[in-house]
Amino acid sequence: MINWANLVSQMFNGLVLGALLALISSGLTIIYGTLGVLNLAHGAMFMLGGYAGYVAYSYTDSFILAVIAGSVFVMVAGIAMERIIIRHFYGRPDEDQLLVTFGIGIVMVEAIRFFFGSLSLTVPAPAMFTGITSLGFMFYPTYRLALVGIIAVALLVLFVILYRTRLGMIVRAGIEDAVMVDSLGINVYRVFMVVFGIGAMAAGFAGIVNAPVVSLTPDMGEAILVQTFVVVVIGGVGSFPGAILGGLIAGEIISITSMINPGYAYVMLFAAMTLVLVLRPHGLLGAQGRA
Amino acid sequence: MINQRPYLIETLTAIGLILAPFILPYLGFAPNTVNRILVWGLFGLGFDILFGFTGLLSFGQSALYGTGGFVAAYLLTRTGFPHVVTALFIGMVAAAVVGYLVGLIALRRTGIYFAMITVAIAEVFYFVEFNPLAHWTGGENGLPGVPSPSFDLGFTKVTFTSGWSLYGFLAFWYFIGIVIGLRIMRSPVGAVFRAIRDNPLRAAAVGHNIHSYKLTAFVIAAAYAGFAGGLLGVMQAFMPPDAFMFQTSADLIMMTAIGGTGTLFGPLVGASIWLFLQDFLQAALGLGAAWKLVLGVIFVLLVCFLRRGIVGGLQDLYGWLSGRRAATEAKLREGVPLPVSASVPTAADNLAMPAQRGVPAHHDGPILQASGLTKRYGGIVANSDIDFVVQHGELRGVIGPNGAGKSTFFKMLTCEVPPSAGKIVFEGSDITGRNVTDVCQLGLTKSYQVNQLFSRLTVRENVIIAVLAELRGKFRLDLFRKIDRVPGMTEQVERTLAMVNLAGRADVPVSELAYGEKRRLEIGLALANSPSLLLLDEPLAGMSPQERVETVKLLKSIAHGRTMIVIDHDMDALFELAERITVLQEGRVLVEGTPEEIKANPAVQEAYLGGMDEVAA
Repeated sequence: MINWANLVSQMFNGLVLGALLALISSGLTIIYGTLGVLNLAHGAMFMLGGYAGYVAYSYTDSFILAVIAGSVFVMVAGIAMERIIIRHFYGRPDEDQLLVTFGIGIVMVEAIRFFFGSLSLTVPAPAMFTGITSLGFMFYPTYRLALVGIIAVALLVLFVILYRTRLGMIVRAGIEDAVMVDSLGINVYRVFMVVFGIGAMAAGFAGIVNAPVVSLTPDMGEAILVQTFVVVVIGGVGSFPGAILGGLIAGEIISITSMINPGYAYVMLFAAMTLVLVLRPHGLLGAQGRA
Repeated sequence: MINQRPYLIETLTAIGLILAPFILPYLGFAPNTVNRILVWGLFGLGFDILFGFTGLLSFGQSALYGTGGFVAAYLLTRTGFPHVVTALFIGMVAAAVVGYLVGLIALRRTGIYFAMITVAIAEVFYFVEFNPLAHWTGGENGLPGVPSPSFDLGFTKVTFTSGWSLYGFLAFWYFIGIVIGLRIMRSPVGAVFRAIRDNPLRAAAVGHNIHSYKLTAFVIAAAYAGFAGGLLGVMQAFMPPDAFMFQTSADLIMMTAIGGTGTLFGPLVGASIWLFLQDFLQAALGLGAAWKLVLGVIFVLLVCFLRRGIVGGLQDLYGWLSGRRAATEAKLREGVPLPVSASVPTAADNLAMPAQRGVPAHHDGPILQASGLTKRYGGIVANSDIDFVVQHGELRGVIGPNGAGKSTFFKMLTCEVPPSAGKIVFEGSDITGRNVTDVCQLGLTKSYQVNQLFSRLTVRENVIIAVLAELRGKFRLDLFRKIDRVPGMTEQVERTLAMVNLAGRADVPVSELAYGEKRRLEIGLALANSPSLLLLDEPLAGMSPQERVETVKLLKSIAHGRTMIVIDHDMDALFELAERITVLQEGRVLVEGTPEEIKANPAVQEAYLGGMDEVAA
């Protein structure tokens, strides 16, 4: 016997999670598509955004400022990471890039653990969006509803940057063929830095806007990173629309399976990924170019 | 690759393991710490074969470690299975089987995809252990009460409980693990693993089924992980659920990278440093949870500056020191110039060599017949409707302006890219749609326009990789055969080296070769498995005039009794070499004929000179 109200509410949860995953995955995928580096510290960036927002919130009591501070901090951290370390790895094998970003992720997590401890911290939802909203057929936490809108706006901004600006054109061209872009006389390395910053900021922004829904722990990025990978494999590496589609699919799979038995959420997610790998090895919307 | 002093490493390992209990306590190692190091070391051995030697960075080893451990622990605690060692082996087999299945999925893709998929696998296994299988695995409680191994010797019963007595048991298995690992890495399979790490594309092109070899490496790593997982349960008398945690994979990777990848001993050294620092930082410096931050920073620094880890760094240092010594000695001998070139047999001496295969299956028709070959990339037509026939023993040249579709044409002939339409028949059999490995095994090879060498191996090892593919076929599991025991290998390697005039440079790493030498080795790799049809894609590209003259001489000498197709821009060289020449233009065959006919052909002159008129005008 299916409880319909419960199912719909879970599907909403799936939408929230899916939108969140879509945003984080877009960050990961444009970094990979442009730079050719899979950033294993991306989950840590998400976590970092949450903590940076938490600090800003505890000083200012303003959620908006917390969001801005969290995003900017992670963007700066991303640019610093690219300038200081990652740029020396462009010429090195994939494995080295994986190892170094993986290591940086661990350093970030452990640094946060050192300063904030392992206990979970919370950021309250902004006053405007507290409480629950009646949708007629059910009640749903207002902030979660708002979250879908907030993330949709963020994705829209990302879309505009990618598809309506000169930088975005270079980024998309770079995903197709970085060598060609380089030979057209565009300073790809500066583009790389900017893209890394934007990609990191997407994760950081997701981290802080998601903070009122979950509690912050240093390890929170790990599970997100794994889910992001599945999203990217399903959607297609380097594809922005693929990240959104994959994110929504993954979010719904996790939420709906969790309603029946949470233990199988990952199993189903993995089964979906395997199915995609067998039927469409380059992902649902992936091109064969890179990867 | 070939160890000159047999059993030296094994003997040193045995001595080291025997002496450890007498030395390590003075360095501050507790017996339980040493035991944990051994379990990590054994776990890491398999991982190093997978990552360090085959180049596959898996983040999913925890899944296999946990599988082996829980299967063994389940048998010993829940079913009353009495024999510890047998249970460990059953756990190992279970992990290997799971590894095979997981490998089938993960190895569908390479590089970062492989990494991402293994991360996901690790996480899935963790959740499966916790939830659906909690009834069997004890969920978050794990499986307590794993018995210690004991052996009834008739007159007395030996039990390995904890501390140094358990050390003997673990050290024994670590030693077995090292012996097997070394044996595998010295086998032909081990050589192919390294080739895959250095250049998977070329490893496939010289005729190895790299997918099967990668799967083999994955299963070997799974077996090591499974056995080590079982030992973990035995060591702690408790099988912890954290074995399945992603953290386990992460720790393993960091230990291996700290110790040194591609060394087999790296994980052991890495685990020693890791556990020692953990104790030291936590207890002596009172850093508490920050120990991991320190280790993380060390790890990042090592990846940045000492990629081969501690063991690799020591190896390099040793190599550097002994290299300096060798250089000094060479300086002392400088007064007497060594007649190196005279001692090396020139290619011309080897004309008589019967390097042809496929001779028994000799058939009357042409060796290669392509008809209607077309390749489209989206709307762009690279090749259109090419008919191309080459007879046995012919030396055919292919020329054409840039963008004429020469390289695409070659890629279709070697089955690197499938044609959009058309058919390719090689020695009477249809090879259209087959893969590059199979075609190489049939006797059709190519040397690449841009060098595709195994850059971390020596010249001889490079040739060995190619020769192995002919002598052993595309896949063979001779894990325990010594590489120099492959019948006929040494002769064929020496012959190939002599043919491309690299016999005097056989033991030099590829990275130290001059460009012309690399170019010759590139041709040598294509020649090594005695192809009946050899394709050479711009063999003279980037060479100095002097090198060109020598290479043309070399090509002439290897052309005897062999069928070859050569692409090049150097028309003088091709006119001198080839018996017949095909001219491609804009993806089509413009004309075909003897060099004289081609030189005199107005269409060819137009194709090459026509552009100049336009520029002038």
